[in-house]
Amino acid sequence: MNKNKRSLWYYLKKDRLIYIMMLPGLLYYLIFHYLPMIGIIIAFKDYKPYWGLKGIFTSEWVGLKHFNKFFRSMYFGRLLKNTLLISIYGLIFGFPLPIILALFINELKSLRFKKTVQTISYLPHFLSAVIVVGIIRNIVSADGGLINGIISAFGGKPIPFLQKPEWFRTIYVVSGIWQGIGWSSIIYLAAMSGIDQELYDAAKVDGGGVFKRMWHITLSGIAPVVSIQLVLNIGHLLSVGREKILLLYSPQTYSTADVISTYVYREGLINQNYSFSTAVGLFNSLVGIVMVLGSNYIAKRMGQEGIW
Amino acid sequence: MKKRKYISGEKIFQVIDILFLVMLCIVIILPVFSMVMTSFLTDAEIARRGGFIFIPEKFDFSAYLMLWKSRSNIMRAYGNTLFVVIVGTALNLAVTIGLAYGLSRPYLKGKTAITVFIFITMLFGGGLVPSFLLVKSLGLMNSLWALILPGMVGSWNMFVMRNFFKSIPSSLEEAATIDGANNFQILTQVVLPLSKASIATIGLFYAVGHWNSWFGAMIYINDASKLPMQNILRNIMASANGISDLASEGLESLSAAPPTRAIQSACVIVTMLPILFVYPFIQKYFVKGVMVGSVKG
Repeated sequence: MNKNKRSLWYYLKKDRLIYIMMLPGLLYYLIFHYLPMIGIIIAFKDYKPYWGLKGIFTSEWVGLKHFNKFFRSMYFGRLLKNTLLISIYGLIFGFPLPIILALFINELKSLRFKKTVQTISYLPHFLSAVIVVGIIRNIVSADGGLINGIISAFGGKPIPFLQKPEWFRTIYVVSGIWQGIGWSSIIYLAAMSGIDQELYDAAKVDGGGVFKRMWHITLSGIAPVVSIQLVLNIGHLLSVGREKILLLYSPQTYSTADVISTYVYREGLINQNYSFSTAVGLFNSLVGIVMVLGSNYIAKRMGQEGIW
Repeated sequence: MKKRKYISGEKIFQVIDILFLVMLCIVIILPVFSMVMTSFLTDAEIARRGGFIFIPEKFDFSAYLMLWKSRSNIMRAYGNTLFVVIVGTALNLAVTIGLAYGLSRPYLKGKTAITVFIFITMLFGGGLVPSFLLVKSLGLMNSLWALILPGMVGSWNMFVMRNFFKSIPSSLEEAATIDGANNFQILTQVVLPLSKASIATIGLFYAVGHWNSWFGAMIYINDASKLPMQNILRNIMASANGISDLASEGLESLSAAPPTRAIQSACVIVTMLPILFVYPFIQKYFVKGVMVGSVKG
C-alpha cells in the first residue's frame, strides 16, 4: 500500500512537466463539461431562474414531473416525428449522393479538372450557417428568388416556400446536400485511392466496361467504408443540430420544422422553463447515447478502428 | 474490333462524366452567383422588369456603398470576430497540444483514465441550460471570453493531434532525453517542429469554427457593439430593423435606398469574402485532416 502510494507520487514527480502542460486542458473539461452535468439535477427539480446558483441545490425535488409533462404533451410526438423525418430524409437522399459523386470524380482522367471539381464542391462546407441560410432565403424568396423565377418562367405561381410547412423538410435536406455533398465524398475518394490498381488493369485486359468496373471493383472496394458510414449516420438520427433550423424556421413552419434541439432552446432560453427544458434535453441525449454507442459497437464489429 | 469498341466506350463515358460534373459545379455555384447578382439590383430595375432578375442590366453598387458608409459598425464587428478567431485559436492550440502531447506518451501514468475522462464528454454533456447557467455564473455574460472558453478543446481535434504525435518515432525523444532535454523541451524542440502541418490543420479547423460561429454570441452577448460579424449578418437577415441599426448613416447619405434584398445579399457577400479568399490556400489542409481523422492516423 505504502509502496504503491510512493510510486504514484514518484511518477507524478518524474513527469510533472507533462502533467503541468495537461492541467489547463483537464481543468477545462472539469469546469465546462463536468460542472454542467451536475446542473442536470434541475431536470428533477422545480428550479426558477431568479434563484441563482444556490437554487440549483436548494430547490424542491419533483421527481419525473417534467418528463411526464413532456411525454404527455402534444409536442412529444411532433418533435420526435420531425426530428426523425428530417434525419431520415437527409439520410435517404444525402447518403448515396456523395458516393455517386466520388465515383464520378474517381473516373476522371484529367487531374486538373478533378482538382477543380473538388475545390468547388467542398466550398459550401466552409460557409457559416448564417451565410447558408442567407443564400437559401435569397433563392427561395417569393419576392424575386431564383426558384420562383424559374417557376414563373414556366407560368407557375410563386410559392412563399419558407412560410409553407410542407416545404420545410425539402429545403432543409436539399440545402444540406448542397452544403455537404463534396465534403462527404472525401472519405470515399480516400477509400477509392486505396484500391489496388492491378484490379483495374486486370479488368481492362478482361474487357470489362466502365460501369462493370465501377460496380465490381470501385464500389465493392469501398463497401466496408460505406456500410460503416451508414451505421454511424443511423446512430446520429436523433441528433439534429439546432443552428440551421433556428435560422430558417418561423412560427408558421413549427409544425414540421421544430425538432427536439430547437424546442430545448426555446423552452429553456426564451421561455426560461429551465427545469423542463433540461429534462427534454436529458431525454434526448440519453436516447442519443444508446443509439450512438449501439451503432459504434456495430461499426467496430464491422472492422472500423476508432480514433481512440 | 472489340478493343476499339471498348476504347470508344471509355471516351464516351469520359465526356458524360465531365458533363455531369460541370453541371454539378454549376448547380453548386448558382445560388452564390444569384446572390451576387441580387446585391446589384435597384428598385427602379425591379419595378421595370418584375420580380426575378437573373442578371441586372445595370450593376448598381449602392448597397455596397451603403455598407461602406457605415463601415465603422462592420469594422467593429470584424474586430470582434478577429479577436475571437486569433485569441481563441491560439488558446485552443496551446491547450490541445498540452493534452495531446501528454496522452501520446506511452509511459504516462493515468493515461487511460484521462482518455476515458475526455471520452465521456464526447457522448454526454450537461445540455443547453446547465451550460448556459455555468457561463452566466462564471461572470462571462456579455464578454467575448464566453465565445472562447466554453469551447477551448475540441475532443475530436485533440485525439487526431494525439495520433499525429504518436506517429513520431520515439527514438527522437530518447536521443533528446540523453542530451538532457526535459519534457517541455522535447515538445517544443522535437515534437512541434515535426508536426507543423498537423498543427496548421487543427488550427485551421478551430479558426474556421470560430469565424463561422454565431449561436454562442446570440445567447451570451447582449451588447450590440460586442457582436461578431456573423451575428450582425443574422440581424440584418432577420428584420429590417437590423439594417437600420447597422447602416442608418449609410442609408441617409444615399439618394435612393437600395432594395432590402440587395442590402442583405451585399452583407452576405461581405461576410463570405474572407473565407472565399483564404479557402483555396487552406483547402488541402482540411482534406488532410479529414483523411487522418477518418482513416486513423
